[in-house]
Amino acid sequence: MRKITFVINGRKIETNERNTILRASLAHGIYIPHLCDHPDLTPFGGCRLCVVEIEGRGLTISCKAPVEEGLVVQTETPVINKVRRIAAELLIVNHHAECLQCVRNTECKLQDIAAYIGIEADHLQRLRQTAGDHPIDNSNPFFIRNPNKCVLCGICVRTCEEINGVRVLDFAFRGYETKISTLMNKPINESVCESCGECVVRCPTGALIIKDYQRPDRVVTTICPYCGTGCGIQLGVRGNKVVSVRGDRDNPINKGQLCVKGRFGYHFIDHPDRLTTPLIKRNGAFVKASWDKALELVATKFKEAQDRYGPEALAGLSSARITNEENYLFQKLLRCLGTNSIDHCARL
Amino acid sequence: MVGLATVLGSGAMTNTIAEITGADVIFVTGSNTTENHPIIGYRIREAVRKGAKLIVADPRVIPLAKIATLHLQFKPGTDVALFNGLVHVIIKEGLEDKDYVKKRTQGFEYLSSMVEKYTPEYVALITGVSAEDIVRAARLFAVGKSGSIIYCMGVTQHTCGTENVVALTNLSLLTGNLGIPHAGMNPLRGQNNVQGACDMGCLPNVFPGYQPVYGDRDTGTYWRRLKLEKDKSLQPAEEVDPSKLITDSIEFERPVYKGMSVSDEIRAKFSKAWKVELSDLPGRTIAEMFHHNPSRRNRVMYIVGENPVLSNPDTDHVRRCLEEMDFVVVQDIFLTETAQLADVVLPAASFAEKDGTFTNTERRVQRVRQAIKPKGESKADWEIIQELARRCGLDWHYSSPQEIWDEIRILTPHYFLGMSYERLETGGLQWPCPAVEHPGTAILHKDKFARGIGQFSTVEYRRLAADVVDKEYPFILTTGRKLYQYHTRTMTAKTDGLNRLLEEELMAINPQDAERLGLNAHDIAKITSRRGSIVSKIEITDQVLPGVVCMSFHFAETAVNVLSDPAVCNMSVVSGLKVAAVRIEKACEVQK
Repeated sequence: MRKITFVINGRKIETNERNTILRASLAHGIYIPHLCDHPDLTPFGGCRLCVVEIEGRGLTISCKAPVEEGLVVQTETPVINKVRRIAAELLIVNHHAECLQCVRNTECKLQDIAAYIGIEADHLQRLRQTAGDHPIDNSNPFFIRNPNKCVLCGICVRTCEEINGVRVLDFAFRGYETKISTLMNKPINESVCESCGECVVRCPTGALIIKDYQRPDRVVTTICPYCGTGCGIQLGVRGNKVVSVRGDRDNPINKGQLCVKGRFGYHFIDHPDRLTTPLIKRNGAFVKASWDKALELVATKFKEAQDRYGPEALAGLSSARITNEENYLFQKLLRCLGTNSIDHCARL
Repeated sequence: MVGLATVLGSGAMTNTIAEITGADVIFVTGSNTTENHPIIGYRIREAVRKGAKLIVADPRVIPLAKIATLHLQFKPGTDVALFNGLVHVIIKEGLEDKDYVKKRTQGFEYLSSMVEKYTPEYVALITGVSAEDIVRAARLFAVGKSGSIIYCMGVTQHTCGTENVVALTNLSLLTGNLGIPHAGMNPLRGQNNVQGACDMGCLPNVFPGYQPVYGDRDTGTYWRRLKLEKDKSLQPAEEVDPSKLITDSIEFERPVYKGMSVSDEIRAKFSKAWKVELSDLPGRTIAEMFHHNPSRRNRVMYIVGENPVLSNPDTDHVRRCLEEMDFVVVQDIFLTETAQLADVVLPAASFAEKDGTFTNTERRVQRVRQAIKPKGESKADWEIIQELARRCGLDWHYSSPQEIWDEIRILTPHYFLGMSYERLETGGLQWPCPAVEHPGTAILHKDKFARGIGQFSTVEYRRLAADVVDKEYPFILTTGRKLYQYHTRTMTAKTDGLNRLLEEELMAINPQDAERLGLNAHDIAKITSRRGSIVSKIEITDQVLPGVVCMSFHFAETAVNVLSDPAVCNMSVVSGLKVAAVRIEKACEVQK
């Protein structure tokens, strides 16, 4: 791809052609306030916060403006400040701003913008029309849709179309009544939503949040335990418990995307039904046993049967769930004990 | 995977998942991708948005069928006829990639005469798909610059599963779609490490890296060729031992050589490395362990992380087999239906509690990392296996999964030598990766096939003799999986939200059939096959054709495998889970 050089706030920037001014400047560490732009999605130009001034052309929104050779761009002028302040105030004025109780607190794009632009309470009061009081959609077991915190950036709409492809959401109604809606404005669990949570991950505010979310204290990158796609995941760990899963954006397969099972189906890890000690069956009922006792019994039974009926008396089924190393050891053990009767569920 | 391995010499996805979005045409068959491999489903939808043509060949109206350019809704079990029909049209209209066919394949003449009789009209009669749609599909697929074929258990889980794959491979070869980007034959693996379990030799006939243990049957083609190159003086035997022919319904031009024993050398190599004598007695497959065990050759079973009681066909029989065993040890993270039948249960650590590697459906080996301590006294499977090995008198001293992996790399250099843990740190690598400088292999069969030349194989459609529909059992029951549950629900049932989204089985039945049987939505139906019967709530939907019903095997309460047919494909020994003849009756009306 061809490289292009342009100037922003007096700094020369080199970037790929077809990049936008917004993404190029963010990549070079120059912040331009923005809400509706997301690196995974096509530019939308809805929030009008990312206005910049191009020399000789005037104001433009940088998320839709492609870079051109030799452009001279300003991000901070009195005119820009005035325009985007109004845009920001109109977004914030009807927002249910209960930040301390919000799951998105400190990770909220709207907070970033308010902090950057500087919002005056008096001014906001003057603009206030109606405090929106839309019903909250609790119907999905994994996430909540709260239209009262929605800024109509349309990221969820584009995510559903461009990432998942199922197209559940769109803008509905007009003017003040505009909201993000499913077909016929039904609760989301009555739509064709696949509960993948991709929209929740990308929502810049608290309008889409995960239920019972706990922030992890650390993150471990690993691979999803479900189907054979092999998506990269990051387990959020708190103490000795997995409390969240997110997609690994550096993974070449899923690029951060996940499905409902991968994202929300992790509760088996810490489930009380997990086996925690070896069990030996006595008179038809399981009793707890030590590792020593259990393994000794297994080894003895293997030997007895093989001594009596030949090595082929032993057969083993390995698992498509365990690691390569473990599968290798499993077949090595059985073959070392003289039997080739080893299989797993590839045929199922 | 035997089907693909037979024709190409290697049974795995030939291309990468990322390439799907760039395909011109995508042919999805026997895979409900958006529900079972959702991320791959996202890629297919993205390709369609970008303008790719999508052909879905599936007996059900799966979600992808709704955005498909063409949906071929054929009768379950008639796959071979359909694929041969497409091949017929392509050859008849001269749409094959002539240059590719000439340079890289053999057996074209043979194939063209075989498919002669599979005219669109004839195929329409067998499959129920209209002749026009067959012609359209063939043209759509052949005209595209790159055509990706994506398939899953819907193709393989038949008593003719291998034949299905072979017939499908003809389509890909004929249109020059093997060895190029955005194309290929792409079987989707259902579980996180099925590919790895195969690669690691958890199959009776092969050591890790598909190195044959005995004979040179099945997947040993790579090694057969290696031996040929080594020993040029060896000529094909005059007479081919008929027992060595893999099946009589498939005619292979390639003779099986006599007097070869690559496997002796391989066994010697592993014997030396493992410091034991190794057996060359054929081992049994999973189906044979449970269903063809009349002499009760196996008395003791060691089962790790599997639930065959629910996942295998003819559940009652599997249960009986396990009960009759002298001793069963199950190693799992939960007390599954299978573990309950065990004499000893060993608690294993979950994926989040250990290190290692998984191999995905596109042959990519990736690092699994420990996030938390094992629950209770549970231990990583590798530790349990090692401790058991020591008690069986083996002198094993692995201190970490990495040490095991390095041993694997040395013993399977052609696949994994280049994949050190260090290199796997980010993004993983795709096998084959035979050297530390090797970048891994994104596309298989680029310049030549693993077995040398691409082989057209001729397979005829045959009516499934195993489990035919008749007056007593007039419906075809096919099985599927659903988005919100997974396999036997050992894992997904533990997440309340997933249970809320899909709490019970609903058998899909066509409105016409439902009306005829007097069934209303959510009524409970009794479903009876030649092996047993179960009851299930129903869902009336035109997603299935009249005469076809569909269930998942997720729920223990409606264990569909009580019904399914344990007859197996005679090449790959895969059970024919996708087709069973059943009778349907109303069991009771739903309580209003």
